[in-house]
Amino acid sequence: MEFWIIQALNALSFGMLLFLLCAGLSVIFGLMNILNLAHGSCYLLGAYAALSAIHATGNFLAGILAGVATAAVTGFFLQKFLLQRIYGKRLLQVLLTMGCMFIIGDISIIIWGADPMTLPKPAFLRGSLMIGSIIFPYYRLFVIGVGLFFGILLWFLQEKTKWGAILRASVDDEKMARAVGIKVPALFTVVFIIGTGLTGLSGVLGGPFIGVYPGVDLEVLLFAVVVIIVGGLGSMKGAFLGSLIVALLDNFGKALFPELAMFTIFAPMAIILALKPTGLWGKS
Amino acid sequence: MIGKSRFAALVFGAVVALAVVPLVLPEYYVGLVARALILSILATSVSLMLGHLGLASVGHGVFFGIASYTVAIFTRHIADSTWLACLAALGVTTGAAAVFGLLTTRTKDIFFLMIMLAICQVFYGIAFSWRSITGGDDGLPGILTRHMAPWLNLSDTSAFYFFVLVIFLMTISGFWVLINSPFGLALRGIRDSESRMRALGFNVWLYKYLAFMASGFIGGISGVLNAYYDLTPNPVNFGVILSSTALLMVILGGPGTLAGPILGALVIVFLQDFVSGITDRWLMVLGTVYVLVVLLLPEGILGALNRMLRARPEPKQEG
Repeated sequence: MEFWIIQALNALSFGMLLFLLCAGLSVIFGLMNILNLAHGSCYLLGAYAALSAIHATGNFLAGILAGVATAAVTGFFLQKFLLQRIYGKRLLQVLLTMGCMFIIGDISIIIWGADPMTLPKPAFLRGSLMIGSIIFPYYRLFVIGVGLFFGILLWFLQEKTKWGAILRASVDDEKMARAVGIKVPALFTVVFIIGTGLTGLSGVLGGPFIGVYPGVDLEVLLFAVVVIIVGGLGSMKGAFLGSLIVALLDNFGKALFPELAMFTIFAPMAIILALKPTGLWGKS
Repeated sequence: MIGKSRFAALVFGAVVALAVVPLVLPEYYVGLVARALILSILATSVSLMLGHLGLASVGHGVFFGIASYTVAIFTRHIADSTWLACLAALGVTTGAAAVFGLLTTRTKDIFFLMIMLAICQVFYGIAFSWRSITGGDDGLPGILTRHMAPWLNLSDTSAFYFFVLVIFLMTISGFWVLINSPFGLALRGIRDSESRMRALGFNVWLYKYLAFMASGFIGGISGVLNAYYDLTPNPVNFGVILSSTALLMVILGGPGTLAGPILGALVIVFLQDFVSGITDRWLMVLGTVYVLVVLLLPEGILGALNRMLRARPEPKQEG
C-alpha cells in the first residue's frame, strides 16, 4: 500500500513539473502556431543558470530568478531575432529551433561541462514528511504546490482577465484582433517570454530531482511532446491533465518494468492517438 | 525544368563520378562517400514524405535504428546468415512502419512531426535501457563483419563501397520509378489538395499509408547498410540528431528533388569530417548550419542554383 501511495505522490509531483514544462510550449503553439523544439533548451538553461547562481549566492531564490531570467531572455532573442523572420513557415521553424537546441546544448557543455549535476534543495525544504510509514520529501510537496499555483494562476489569467480575453481573441482570429487594435506582434513576444520563463522555472524546480546534464534537453522535450500529443495542443486543460497522465504512466512504468519503461509511455500514447488524433482535449 | 537528354546526361555523369570514387580518392574518403550514400538513402525516405506528401519528419531514424539493430540481433540470436539477416531487417522495419503508419497517417502537419519525434525518442530510450537485448549504450559490437558470405568478402573499403553504390543506385532508381508512377502523382495530388483527391474517389488514407510504408522500407535499406558500415548498432542510430539531420539534408539539397537528398548528405558528411578535424564543437557547427540554411537557403542548394540560372538573361528556347 505504501508503495502505491508514495509512487502516486511521486507521479503527482512529476506531473506538476511536467505541467510547468508544457504550459509554455502549449501556449506558444496555440497562439503563434510555432512548435518550439528549443523548448528543452530553456529547461536546460534554467537549471544550469540556477546552479551557478546558487553556487555563487547560496540562495535558492536567487537560483529561481537567474533560471527564469536566463530562459526568458533566450526565448526573447529566439523569437525576436530568428523566429519572427520566418513567421508562418512551419518547416523552417522546426529546423531553426532544432538547430538552436544543438547550439545551446553545445555551449552549455563548454560553460558547465558534461558531468551530470543536481541542484541543491533549498534549506527550508530539506527533510521529509512522515505519516505512519509513508515518507515523502518536503521538496516534492513544494513542487506540487508550485505547479497547482501556476495552474490556477494561468487558468485565471486566461479565463478571467482582460489580458486573457485579448490572448484568446488573438488565438481565435488573429486578423480580427489586429483590426480592433490589439498589438499582436508585441503580444507574441510577451507570450514567448512568459512561456520560456515558465520552462526555465521548471528547469530550476526539476534540477533537484531530474538533475541537469547534456541531453536532458531532448529528454524533457520528449515528455513535453508526449504530454501535448496526449492532452491536445493549445489547451491549458490538456497540458494540465496530459501532464498528470504521462507522469503517472512514467512513474509506475519505471517502478514496475524498469527495462521497458518507455513502452508504458508509448503504448497509451498510441491508443489515445488511434482514438482521437488531436489529443484528448485538443481543438481539431 | 531541364530537358530529358540533359537529365540523362547529368544522371550518367553522376553515376560515372560515383563509380570512379575508389579509383581517384584515398581509402578514407571512399569510406566517407559510402557513408554519405547510406545517409542519402535515409534522406530520400524522409524526402518521400516531405517532398511528395508535405509531411515533415524528425523521427525517421527510427527505421534506420530498427533495421541496424535487427541485423545484429538476428545474426546473434537466430541465424548467422547475412542475407537472411538483411531480409529480416527489411521485413521488421517495414512491419514497424505498418504499425507506426496506423498512428501517423491519420495525423497532419505538426502532429505527424511530433509523433515521429516521440516514436523515435521512445525507441532511443528502449535501445538505451533494454541492455539484455540491445547492449545499452555500448550497442552491439562484435557481431557483424563485412565478410558477408564465403563468396562475398567486403572487408576491403573499395569492395564495400561498390556494394553500397549498387544498392544505392537500385534504391534511387526504384524511388524514381515510384514517384513518377501514377502512385507518385496521386501523392502529390494529395499534398496539394487532399479534399479534391478525395472527391475524385481516391482512398487518400491508403495512399498515405502505403507511402509511409515505402518510406520506412527505404529507411530500412539505409539502416541495413549502416549496420555493415558501422558494424556496431548503437542508440545513436535512433538519435534525434540523426533524424533531424536527415531532414536538414533534404532541405539543404533541395526539397522535392531527386538529387537534393544526395547532395545534402554529401555536404553534411564532408562538413562533419572537416569540422571534426579542427574542433570538438561539431554540434555547434551543425546547429549553425541549421540556422543558416533556414535564414539564407530555404529553397536548398538546387533551388538557389535554379533561381540563379533563371535570373541570368537567357535566350528563350522551345522544349
